[in-house]
Amino acid sequence: MAIDVDEVFETARMTLYQNFDIRTTTLGINLKDCIHSDFKRFCARVYKRVKTSAANLVAEAGKLEALYGVPITSKRVSVTPVSLIMETHPEPEKFMEMARTLDRAAKDSGMDYIGGFGALVQKGATRADSALIEVLPEVLSGTERICGFLNVGSSVSGINMDAVIALGPILKKTAEASGNGIGCTKFSVYVNAPEDNPFMSGAFHGVGEPDFSVNIGISGPGVVRDVVAANRDCDLTALSEVIKRIAFKITRAGELIGRELARRLKVPFGIVDISLASTTAVGDSVAGVIEAMGIERVGAHGSTLALALLMSAVKKGGAMASGNVGGLSGTFIPVSEDEGMIRAVQEGALGLEKLEALTSVCSVGMDMFAVPGDTPSETVSAIIADELAIGVINDKTTGVRIIIVPNAVPGDIIDYGGLLGRVPVMEVNRFSASHFIKRGGRLPSPSTSLRN
Amino acid sequence: MTDPNTISVKADDSGKELSFITVIGRDQKGIVARISTLLYKHNINIEDIAQKVMHGHFVMIMLVDFQDSPSDLEEVNAGLDKIAGEMKLKIQIQHEELFKMMHRI
Repeated sequence: MAIDVDEVFETARMTLYQNFDIRTTTLGINLKDCIHSDFKRFCARVYKRVKTSAANLVAEAGKLEALYGVPITSKRVSVTPVSLIMETHPEPEKFMEMARTLDRAAKDSGMDYIGGFGALVQKGATRADSALIEVLPEVLSGTERICGFLNVGSSVSGINMDAVIALGPILKKTAEASGNGIGCTKFSVYVNAPEDNPFMSGAFHGVGEPDFSVNIGISGPGVVRDVVAANRDCDLTALSEVIKRIAFKITRAGELIGRELARRLKVPFGIVDISLASTTAVGDSVAGVIEAMGIERVGAHGSTLALALLMSAVKKGGAMASGNVGGLSGTFIPVSEDEGMIRAVQEGALGLEKLEALTSVCSVGMDMFAVPGDTPSETVSAIIADELAIGVINDKTTGVRIIIVPNAVPGDIIDYGGLLGRVPVMEVNRFSASHFIKRGGRLPSPSTSLRN
Repeated sequence: MTDPNTISVKADDSGKELSFITVIGRDQKGIVARISTLLYKHNINIEDIAQKVMHGHFVMIMLVDFQDSPSDLEEVNAGLDKIAGEMKLKIQIQHEELFKMMHRI
């Protein structure tokens, strides 16, 4: 087979100049068979399972980086939802002990994050679920590597509004306990949460998963931005074709690396998540893609269509490239992790309302945005409820990762460093939904759920 | 006639451990000499070389075979990084499987 110089150059340029990377390789680990009535032994089993399973991940991923010349930014572990394995130990102090065990196992095996400290409460919470929710502030502020999630709704069960109400004060407490709100960056709330999502903070190893699975999150907004910029004057159909082709190529790289990593770790290959994920590196920005299409700043009218076009083309190219597409496979538009999004907020092009609108076409939801510390907890719950309603009614995954910054006012910038980036504090609508939100109960599922 | 811009990976290459080395930067004396000396030291065979100027960059691509090399990829990479640093070049080594996956259906 003949390879053209242009093709080799195009590939090398992706990693050398356009920040193409495999954003995450996440090893899903089943912990259900670690359950033991003796809690000490239970913790010991969990520690050993995580530590021994994750040990080879970093080494093997490193070898593949050298072999293919594609950086693998994060190596992570996700586990069975912790509330599920703790059903027979539903005391808050035991949840704390389990969190410390997982945190230590992640640290000792070289992981930066471990996902799965969460619960599936779309129709209601068990005693263990409630205990887990109660300790979230302490876990998220007092451990380094634990990521938490809650799935509070689905298109077949509606939204558990009691859980959404509970989250307001829980997230405010988390923010206060961690000083600058950084604890909030390690927690997401979802509806229709996928069981094989490789991305933190929402990754968990679902109940329908095998003992282990390797899930890959690719990236490459910088690559897409450059091809969009190089096709300045074509119409939208042609632009969509250009994006499809490049999405195909970057997904193939993810597929290859995922397959090879799974083979070397001797575990099943799970999925490739084809979400575009920004980094704070210059040019590696989803907002940059939108702006390269001809929109002055992301958030301007037209941004929703532009994002819809991007999303649709990425999915089509990605689906052609891999038979294992899964996870979220949307496009991330986190405010703090994308220089273009930060600029749009600072210049007044992008507010919370438009951010919410954008998520209606790209799934994954409102991510890494900050609100002032004095935002009422009912308003925090209402922001979450609005976003989740979009997911439930439109039969897709949506999530919220909201950062509440104590003592901050709109316009302040909080710098978390690294992949978390820096977050501008956004203005929140000052009118209240308190009475409505406090009604609680469950949003009935949409009629589209009655399909059987 | 062979296209000078094409590097061929032949069907009978099974058994070979083929990778592409991509060199991007300013054209200067000694690029091929220094890289081929390093490859010779690690017992890596050069199967083919192509070069051209693209988007203002000098681009050289080598198809190399690691089959008989006793060295770790990390060692070879370290050597290439040293040359890249001294000659102000970008040098990337990538297994040929990546190109097959990305550019062929």
